[in-house]
Amino acid sequence: MFGICSYGGYVPKYRLNRGLVYAAMGWMNPANIANAAGEKAVANFDEDSITMAVAAGIDALNGIDRSTVDAVYFASTTMPYKERLNAGIITPALGLRDHVRAADFSGGIKAGTTALIAALEGVESERLNNVVVTASDCRLGKPSSPQELIFGDAAAALIVGSKDVIAEFKGSYSITYDFGDHYRGAFTKYDRQWEDRWIRDLGFVQFIPEAVNGLLDKYKLKMDDFTKVVYPCHYGGARKKLGGMLGIAPEADQNNLQAELGETGTPHSLVMLVKALEEANPGDKILVVSFGSGCDALFFEVTDKIKKLKSRNGISGCLANKADLDNYTKYLVWRDILPGEKGMRGEEDNWTRWSSLWRARTFVFGLWGGKCKKCGTAQLPPQKICVNPECGAVDAMEPYLFSDKIGKIASFTGDMLAASVNPPAVYGAVEFDEGGKYYFDFTDCDLESLETGMPVYMSFRRKYFDDRRDISGYFWKAVPQKEVK
Amino acid sequence: MADGIRDKVAILGMGCTKFGERWESGAEDLAVEAFVECLEDAGIEKKELQAAYVGTHFDEVNVGKAALPIALPLKLPYIPVTRTENYCATATEAFRAAVYSVAAGVYDIVLAIGVEKLKDTGYGGLPSSGGGVNSFMMGANFTAPGSFAQLATAYGKKWDIPMDKIKDAIAHVSAKSHANGVLNPRAHLRRAISEDQIKAAPMIAYPLGLFDCCGVSDGSAAAIVTTPEIAKSLKKNQDIVMVKALSICDSSGEEAMYNNWDGSHFVTTRIAATNAYKEAGIKDPRKEISMMEVHDCFSITEMVTMEDLHISPKGGSYDDIMNGFYDLNGDVPCQVDGGLKCFGHPIGASGLRMIYAMYEQLLDRVPEERKVKNARLGLTHNLGGLPWMNVAAISIVGLN
Repeated sequence: MFGICSYGGYVPKYRLNRGLVYAAMGWMNPANIANAAGEKAVANFDEDSITMAVAAGIDALNGIDRSTVDAVYFASTTMPYKERLNAGIITPALGLRDHVRAADFSGGIKAGTTALIAALEGVESERLNNVVVTASDCRLGKPSSPQELIFGDAAAALIVGSKDVIAEFKGSYSITYDFGDHYRGAFTKYDRQWEDRWIRDLGFVQFIPEAVNGLLDKYKLKMDDFTKVVYPCHYGGARKKLGGMLGIAPEADQNNLQAELGETGTPHSLVMLVKALEEANPGDKILVVSFGSGCDALFFEVTDKIKKLKSRNGISGCLANKADLDNYTKYLVWRDILPGEKGMRGEEDNWTRWSSLWRARTFVFGLWGGKCKKCGTAQLPPQKICVNPECGAVDAMEPYLFSDKIGKIASFTGDMLAASVNPPAVYGAVEFDEGGKYYFDFTDCDLESLETGMPVYMSFRRKYFDDRRDISGYFWKAVPQKEVK
Repeated sequence: MADGIRDKVAILGMGCTKFGERWESGAEDLAVEAFVECLEDAGIEKKELQAAYVGTHFDEVNVGKAALPIALPLKLPYIPVTRTENYCATATEAFRAAVYSVAAGVYDIVLAIGVEKLKDTGYGGLPSSGGGVNSFMMGANFTAPGSFAQLATAYGKKWDIPMDKIKDAIAHVSAKSHANGVLNPRAHLRRAISEDQIKAAPMIAYPLGLFDCCGVSDGSAAAIVTTPEIAKSLKKNQDIVMVKALSICDSSGEEAMYNNWDGSHFVTTRIAATNAYKEAGIKDPRKEISMMEVHDCFSITEMVTMEDLHISPKGGSYDDIMNGFYDLNGDVPCQVDGGLKCFGHPIGASGLRMIYAMYEQLLDRVPEERKVKNARLGLTHNLGGLPWMNVAAISIVGLN
């Protein structure tokens, strides 16, 4: 048996109320009122498709021995790099070995399910043990465009393998069309789309049944075999029509989260699948369909192992952990749509020195420090001489992962002088519960809510963006957690 | 067996420019200004100088690397001139090098000069100091105020003092330095500010507001040092200021990486102070030190430093500060010339400017209104770097 062994999800903390966007930009395109209900999830200023994929991947790896992972497949249409393997940044951030296969899947937004099929077939061939499949997008619509309201940001991750399978893979069916509904050229920042009626009536309403019926015919199945049907389609009318055409019972129709998240692109079917798995019972059959330059249709049968899965954030946990971004122009500055003045301090030119980054890579990407084999002191960044003054052993460190450790805030501040698109820059000292101390930027928090002693967990974030050289740089930040009392 | 620097070297002369936003003066002009005053005060000819040490910190907005850019405008006469740099202890390091070279018997008369031109950045606050090529990739997005501000949250936690009480104490610290700055024509900031104004100022880095931060200034200060014998022969029947102690302590990495430091005090200052008192033969600093110039880059730094110098008891600086112990008319006046807060903080000059403030008090050269009574021993203190990794420098000078 092979299939999905674990799942994880990530939705950024901030939600932008669509009414707020419409209030600011509706004057330019009043017809957008049709898309102005609910809220969309928006990446924080220090998040992008790579960081969200890492967060989902870490969630999915809960309970999985990282040394059993043989491959990392990343799917996105908003990868920060055209050349430089994006999955190659994600792999060490997930705390995985160097000796794995990693690949980027891009292009059409069905790339998420395509990556999943590639992973499933790799495991089926017995050439790969466990594969991390992670999909993430952070697509931009121009201010006042429908896409600005419709799109949201999120990520999903699945561990594909053959041990402790929670959802057995039973088969798939794919169709591919060069369908120019949405596109971005190589140098384009914003999504462009053709007429909605064409996308809806020719795209969704024809392609999804084509893929679904192809799968049903191939495996001799009927629609009512499925407990849950996962398919993306943010057009409300078309969803109703498809439900009727395909005979999907209302209780089998997996919520597309348009009101809560938005259309998240490449990860969307997988985000919905993770939500379906969170609610699934042994024996459930789940049909998953993606859309974008064609469709992939996959089906899974849930096993009794799903009850033994360790608890995790998942999509539901992220949906519950939210905060209002009550300022539309702040969103525009975060996404570099509105060029806010960071002051001359923000114009300082820092070169990314690749040869130096290479030497620091395990610390920067993996947050690996050291643990002294002589005295047991955990410390970061990695040291050659042990920092414990009673020890001082030389070259006696073993690698020690900090990215999965919990720490506490020892001191903090909110800095209005530091250049930031999200002032004040909040940062401080973190003392890890099991030893080790470092000064981190804090994120996803308000200065007002911080106290010394508050627990923090580590999150992989975009540390800087060098716009002169188009370099996104990454490091770890601390996310303060309100203590559950 | 080494027995320290006490009473082995004398200060022959000093000079100090007005600190401030010296838009019309470059670093070279400022250095000349301090040097000319210093040479005149020493009463010697330039050709009698045998060596010089030049302190400058920022390469980026100052004169660049090496000592040559200052040797040229001073027209130093083909002598060894060496640059010292050690963050905010830069000028103290120039002084220390000059003093040690005289004590070693290598030279008789040596110049130490520090200069910094900070007001060519185009913005307020200090430029980023860098920290190696990778600091921006992995360090927090921190600035000086944000780093030192964290002393307040950690100190409050350690001694269970609520933030509003800490704000009261640090407001008094700044108000006192403003009051002293008003009296000093060479100080950068010369306006009296009330504690209420200080507490109501815009926030720079929580909990530090605008008036909790020191001035960012241009300026230069200089000293000429020599042997006690030469000083006595040149300054007959005059008081002579002697070097009593020079103590430097660098962090080892423990504060930054090892969990045993709580972030509420300076490990380095405590060690440097203990060593300095031993070198100077001081048993009870609270009673014996007449006055101080400490590194009040931020008001909270001064508050915790009062304990780290072993003057206030641990956890007791609040009471001393609020009781006026460190005011100009208090038991141990602190920041008698206005401090970094109001005299200003051109980084490469500050250590020598502090010694200048002690020197003019010890030689009774200041007007009555800002005079410290019965001044015998003065202490200066620099703290370079960040609370969790830094260099602390302490100098003690006094009358023979």
